[in-house]
Amino acid sequence: MRTLWIVARREYARYFTTPAAYLAAFLFLLVLGIIFYSNIAASVMRSFMMPGYAPGVEIIVNPMTTLLIFMVPAFTMRLLAEEQRLGTLELLLTAPVRDAELIAGKWLGSFLFVATMIAITLLYPLTLNWLVKPSIDWGPVITSYLGLLLMAAALTALGTAISALFSNQIAAFVATLAFFLLLWLIGFPSSSTGGISSVWQYLDFSQHFYDTLARGILDLRDVIYYLSVAALGVFAGTVIIETRRWR
Amino acid sequence: MTQAMIAVQDLTKTYGARVAIDRLTFSAQKGEILGFLGPNGAGKTTTMRILTGYMPPTTGSAQIAGYDVVENSLEARKHIGYLPETVPLYNDMSVLDYLVYMGKLRRVPQVEDRAWEVLERVGMEHRADSFIGSLSKGMRQRVGLAQAILHQPDVLILDEPTIGLDPTQVVEVRRLIQEVGKEHTVLLSTHILAEAQQLCDRVLIINQGRIIAEDTPENLQLRLQGGARVLVDVAGEAGDDLLERLRALPGVRLANRLADGRFEVVAEEGQEVRPAIARTVLESGYGLLELHRAAMSLEEIFLQLVQEEAEEAALAEPEEAKAEETALEPEEAHTDEEA
Repeated sequence: MRTLWIVARREYARYFTTPAAYLAAFLFLLVLGIIFYSNIAASVMRSFMMPGYAPGVEIIVNPMTTLLIFMVPAFTMRLLAEEQRLGTLELLLTAPVRDAELIAGKWLGSFLFVATMIAITLLYPLTLNWLVKPSIDWGPVITSYLGLLLMAAALTALGTAISALFSNQIAAFVATLAFFLLLWLIGFPSSSTGGISSVWQYLDFSQHFYDTLARGILDLRDVIYYLSVAALGVFAGTVIIETRRWR
Repeated sequence: MTQAMIAVQDLTKTYGARVAIDRLTFSAQKGEILGFLGPNGAGKTTTMRILTGYMPPTTGSAQIAGYDVVENSLEARKHIGYLPETVPLYNDMSVLDYLVYMGKLRRVPQVEDRAWEVLERVGMEHRADSFIGSLSKGMRQRVGLAQAILHQPDVLILDEPTIGLDPTQVVEVRRLIQEVGKEHTVLLSTHILAEAQQLCDRVLIINQGRIIAEDTPENLQLRLQGGARVLVDVAGEAGDDLLERLRALPGVRLANRLADGRFEVVAEEGQEVRPAIARTVLESGYGLLELHRAAMSLEEIFLQLVQEEAEEAALAEPEEAKAEETALEPEEAHTDEEA
């Protein structure tokens, strides 16, 4: 466990020393700020037409989920791809570190960074609360942010595993993004044609967020879904690293 | 009996049909510097990667400080310091941070103090705060070496530690290895024979995945040379008369005159002929300028070993080769016709 924490801390600290990570975080917050501003403006117009209307936290978290799909690959692409390119993976794999500890540590470091970014965006609900009288509903804020963290845990774990497959960061980025989009949209065809296959819907990444967590509903099934995807990612990453040894 | 620090039995690694290393067996004792010598692609790196637990062998076994590298990999890895051929460094970290990170992963107590200690040891304490990306190749190599000795491992495995360095840096790194080798068991791979000769207590010569010789550098020389070879330089125009007299000396196998005017005398095995040579030269009325026993360089030894092996292989399968040739001929004729 201690080794895991050493790897995680180093990985977390590393984000703050690389310009690329700052740039990505900056973009994330900038885009979110622009969307927030225009949503507020739209809500003001809407409240003129529909007296009593007040925007909730969904105007912040819904665009944020989409942004995560695009940003997380940028934060996870280097995790193991870079180690392979530099040859430092050979060092880590010959140090007394279990493969699972290495992968879990990498994952935890990147998850904590994304979680930090998500925490910064709490400024928006606070701003919104200040704008809306008497106040916004805090229930959905809590479940939405829990949902965002769960989603970040799952996405970073998958990103870590995919990064282990490559020694080229760009390849890792593209593959991760493609996989995320697939997960994001997997339930879409079946739900639009009348929902024949509920399996696809259960696998769908967005289904577990928009319909429940974003509306203030805490369903254990959703929590389990995200946690099992995260565990699967760490497990797959470990297996990928282990099979590398046999090549 | 003291336990071997590195013990390797019948280690084999195959990649598909290609055999990278073929039934290697060797061991190294505490405080020994063992040289692993061979051309590129001989299987040196593969062997080292198996010993360090980076990859498993196909068959055979290896123990580091008594721990099996497959069965008890984590424990074995604790006893190893490893410097791979491409020095594994994070360019965006400072030298000190890098060492502290590696030290923490290896559970080194008082890791900062220890990091400073090894930095002094490799002469890098003045660059502790520099980013690794800004270091020269020689400095990177030294940081790599610092990382390998950080946790005071019993066994140090160095893959081509002086490759790509300039001559001054090579001297520095070699001095460092010699120093380190006093306390640790060192397995060092190189394809520079002079390096092995200078650094190693014992040399394993490996070619195409197999050990073809194993001995101290001195013994390898003796063994392959048979008798001692003596070079004689005399003052004045020495003629054939001297050559005849040298040839007639007891214990001399052959004597020749070299192109530069010196005489080359090869003695029978185990014979000391130098006093007799000196006497003969003086008695013949010439001045003796120089008399020394010439050593065969490891380069020559290596080539000879590889050649001997090839000859043995050729002797072992002449029938087969012939059979193949005859089998090929008609086919070739066919293709010619078609063309």
